[in-house]
Parts: sequence; C-alpha cells; structure tokens
Amino acid sequence: MTARRFHIGDTVRTRAHGNGGHTRIPRYLRGRRGRIVALAGSFPLADDRARGVRDAQCTAVYSVRFDAVEVWGPECDANVTIAADLWESYLEPEHA
Amino acid sequence: MSDHDHDHESSAALSNRVKTLVAQLEQRDLLTEAKLDATVETFLLKATPANGGRVVARAWVDAAFKQRLLDDASAAVAEIGIDMSHWAPVKLRAVENTDREHNVIVCTLCSCYPIALLGPSPAWYKSAEYRSRTVREPRAVLAEFGVALPPDVRINVWDSTSELRYIVVPRRPQASEGLSEAELAALVTRDGLVGTALL
Repeated sequence: MTARRFHIGDTVRTRAHGNGGHTRIPRYLRGRRGRIVALAGSFPLADDRARGVRDAQCTAVYSVRFDAVEVWGPECDANVTIAADLWESYLEPEHA
Repeated sequence: MSDHDHDHESSAALSNRVKTLVAQLEQRDLLTEAKLDATVETFLLKATPANGGRVVARAWVDAAFKQRLLDDASAAVAEIGIDMSHWAPVKLRAVENTDREHNVIVCTLCSCYPIALLGPSPAWYKSAEYRSRTVREPRAVLAEFGVALPPDVRINVWDSTSELRYIVVPRRPQASEGLSEAELAALVTRDGLVGTALL
C-alpha cells in the first residue's frame, strides 16, 4: 500500500458522487465536510470487491467525523456528531 | 421501537437459497455440511454479550487495560482471550461514554455488528427505522430506548461503514464500588454495549 494521503486532524470533504456501482460511502454523507479523527486500518476497496476485482489493493480507511449541522442543516440538534469509516478515494482535501 | 420495518424473505425461500448454496459448495469440495455445522456452533456458542461484559468490567477496574482498549481494541480483547477475527478480517474499536459524551453504534448501509462480543444482533438493530433515525435524530431515538440525555451531553454516532466494528464502554454504574470484576461484568447489558441503554 502507498503512504497515507491524510492524517488525524485533517479536514476533508467527501466526494459528491459515487462511481455508479456498489460503494460504502452512505448517500447522506456525500459532499460533506468532516475531520479525520482516527485511522481505520487498510482494506481492499469495497467498491472493487463488489465488482469482482481480483486482488483488490488494500487502501487506507479513515474515521471521519461530521457535525450533524453539516449533514442535516441548521435546524438539527447541534450537539451531535456522526462518524463513518471511509476509504481514502472517497475523500478530498479541504481547507479547514 | 418496532422490530420489523424491512422486508424479510420468507423463511422457506431463504432456507432454499441456503440449501442451494451449501450444495454448490459441497459439489466443489469447498465445504462439508459437518464442517459448516461445527463452525456455526463454535462461533455462536462463543459469541455472547458476556464477552462484551468481560471487556468492559476489565476496563472499569484496570485503567491501563482501558487505555489499551481505547488505543487498539482488537489487541486488548485478544489479551483476555476474545478473537474478533473469526471469518472476516474485521477490527474492533471501543468508544467510551463520559459525563459529557455518549456514543451509539449503527450501521446505516446494512447491519454490521460485533457479533463476537455481543452475540447475534437484535431485530431492531437491523430495522430500517433504527438505521435511518439514529443518524438523523439520535437524541429522540435514545429517549425512546429510555436513555434521557440532557441537551449538553454530546452524542457521537458511529456508522460502521467499513471493516471496523464498535463497542461502547458504558459509564460504570454508581454504587458499584466493592463489586468483583465478575459481578461488574454481569451488570453490562447488550444494549449498554450498543449505546442504547445506560447502566
């Protein structure tokens, strides 16, 4: 596997669009800004496995935390966070 | 919460699919029915919430173990003889409740769950209602479970979207001083380990 692109504390934005097939980024977290709070190992990309790619390479997975307001808007309970474990290719760098 | 919001295959249809699958695997010499039975029995016999209870009780009485659990839960539970790996290469993460923060586990994409530590998941955990509402309005969902959290307690929802599985380390109950580790373990409930109950 290659070096990790992101580190704990980095601000990232999830990609807005999927790749048309199976993916593990939930729709409600697309195009959202979050922060990496932990490393979540290195695993074959689920999207590749679902397409039957043989020997899919392990890539980095990150635990990304989102404020509920970022996900659901200003009317929601602001004292809530949602974290998901997302593969590196689902993420783009974002200025904090 | 109600148990069944999602469509279930009829059990006859499901049973037929399983039989067909097993037959195909046997034909290809990948599996025997005896081996399958042994695997399922061993796994299910070992997979109970008592495992989660042992982990949490040890964390309550041993601060150094708790730190190792929060840093690398898979390694920490292996210390007390619990194997998370079983048939899938999943890792474990433990998240700790405090007086300021409450954690709750969900899998919005399917129903990922740390079976080795909690046993088979309850029907409500797999329901569309729990999976959708826990990320949208966790405080209301928790209130329905009888967990009334003041607004200043932050709720952290963990959506198990990759190969990590989560357990919550609940707060140690008040008035549990003087209990043995085994007695403490018996206080830990399955729902407490998911974050849908307080102890």
